[in-house]
Amino acid sequence: MNIQEIETEIIEEFSLFEDWMGKYEHIIEMGKSLPVIAERYKTDERLIKGCQSKVWLHSEMKEGKIFFSADSDAIITKGLIAMVMRVLNEHSPDEILDAKMDFVEKTGLKEHLSPTRANGLVNMIKQMKLDALAYKAKV
Amino acid sequence: MNLKEKHSALDIQKIRKDFPILSRKVNGKSLIYLDSGATAQKPKQVIDAITKYYSEQNANIHRGVHTLSQEITSAYENARATIQKHINAKHTHEIIFTSGTTESINLVATTFGKWLKPGDEILVTAMEHHSNILPWQQLCEEKSAVLKVIPINEKGELLLDEYKKLISSETKLISITHVSNTLGTINPVKEIISIAHAKNIPVLVDGAQAIPHMRINVQDLDTDFYCFSGHKVYGPTGVGILYGKEQWLRKLPNYQVGGGTIKTVSFAKTEYADIPLRFEAGTPNIEGGIGLAAAIDYVNEIGLENISVYEHELLEYATKKLSAIEGLKIIGTAKNKASVISFVIHGIHPYDMGIILDQLGIAVRTGHHCTQPIMDKFGLKGTVRVSLAFYNTKEEINKLVKGIIKAKEMLK
Repeated sequence: MNIQEIETEIIEEFSLFEDWMGKYEHIIEMGKSLPVIAERYKTDERLIKGCQSKVWLHSEMKEGKIFFSADSDAIITKGLIAMVMRVLNEHSPDEILDAKMDFVEKTGLKEHLSPTRANGLVNMIKQMKLDALAYKAKV
Repeated sequence: MNLKEKHSALDIQKIRKDFPILSRKVNGKSLIYLDSGATAQKPKQVIDAITKYYSEQNANIHRGVHTLSQEITSAYENARATIQKHINAKHTHEIIFTSGTTESINLVATTFGKWLKPGDEILVTAMEHHSNILPWQQLCEEKSAVLKVIPINEKGELLLDEYKKLISSETKLISITHVSNTLGTINPVKEIISIAHAKNIPVLVDGAQAIPHMRINVQDLDTDFYCFSGHKVYGPTGVGILYGKEQWLRKLPNYQVGGGTIKTVSFAKTEYADIPLRFEAGTPNIEGGIGLAAAIDYVNEIGLENISVYEHELLEYATKKLSAIEGLKIIGTAKNKASVISFVIHGIHPYDMGIILDQLGIAVRTGHHCTQPIMDKFGLKGTVRVSLAFYNTKEEINKLVKGIIKAKEMLK
């Protein structure tokens, strides 16, 4: 699936929930299913500074695709990371740079993009795109 | 006064009607506002005073001969007098309008700080808000002075014996919070001041979290400086007060200078105005001063005694209810507390708790509350903080408890 298709899939998935609880339970479940990042990557250097929850991000380039791994100390943030990873992971730098990422808004999770939420989500998306840009420059 | 023996005489449902925002919905639920420690909501009396100012009274103060300017100058100076009376300052010229507690502290750090020499010491406590750490830390770095920290115990109480030991012949000023914004601890400031004064050391008290909860009497405390913000005491944002004893204010060098701070200006020599105007450069936050006075009047109408009694009742009720939640630990268990409760729940990040509570229409504060040294002391990444005001109810606390239990189930 390309990035747009994955975003559409997530939007459809979320449209099934009638209330906020279902939505958040789903996010929390996704957070729990996020593969654990290797401890050696949980360094301050890889820390994306948000005010309240910590986010660590690591990326590698293999055969033209970027493989991300990430973690957070807050489970809802972790769930949001899992969603972003589902969309951007294992795609080429160009695809990642072109990604609209409007699923966050369309799933009714727009408030998490607000800088006051300070959960590092905005910064994480930015960092993933910066990583993509860096890998692109190397190619 | 023994708070436990008293019962609230307040009609809370009537009071709640004074606060328009309390009837709004958040995420489809009735708002439960438990973040008054961050900023208090405003009664319509304050909102009306600001509206009236802009629709009927707006003019610049201390400048014009025209009627509007005369009227608003009187109103602004009356506001100063209202604040003077409220904290029982000796003179109105001991009341300086600032933009808030942070500026009040910075004003003293900047001006008093000019006298500091290498090796001089400033004392703060381990429970200070960053706003009462950074101005002193920066000053000490600039002046090669030393910032010393009075430690606290596991309950979040100051260690007075350690405090006494920390005072030395180099100590030039002690800057302490009256009430901890994170732990709720009410510090024995009167005692702290008297100990300092025995060695001729001046004291600044950060009263940001005390002013909404209790009667402040600066003469009784004998404090040299007292700072607070308007918005924490039901007034507007962007206005605050620095109280300073007359003899200190007269001695302090200039802070910001400009329009309003002068008597005469020439390129050769400027003669500055008397206090308080010498410290109030530029057109002030006029609506802020007017709004703050309206807030003080409002609080006095309800009665600070009544407020203290009722808030204490809420604090005890909430402490009991929250403590009963499995895995919940209250951070800050001082004997003498204001209505602030910080807590952590085993295995749950405060951020996650805050998000779920928000979905339920419950506003709490999560994070380090601008007191990272406290978080380090207790080995925490943050807490959830519930700060209660007199417009809160036991029913709201019950809903909070239900919300926490629901969030626990979801997040476990």
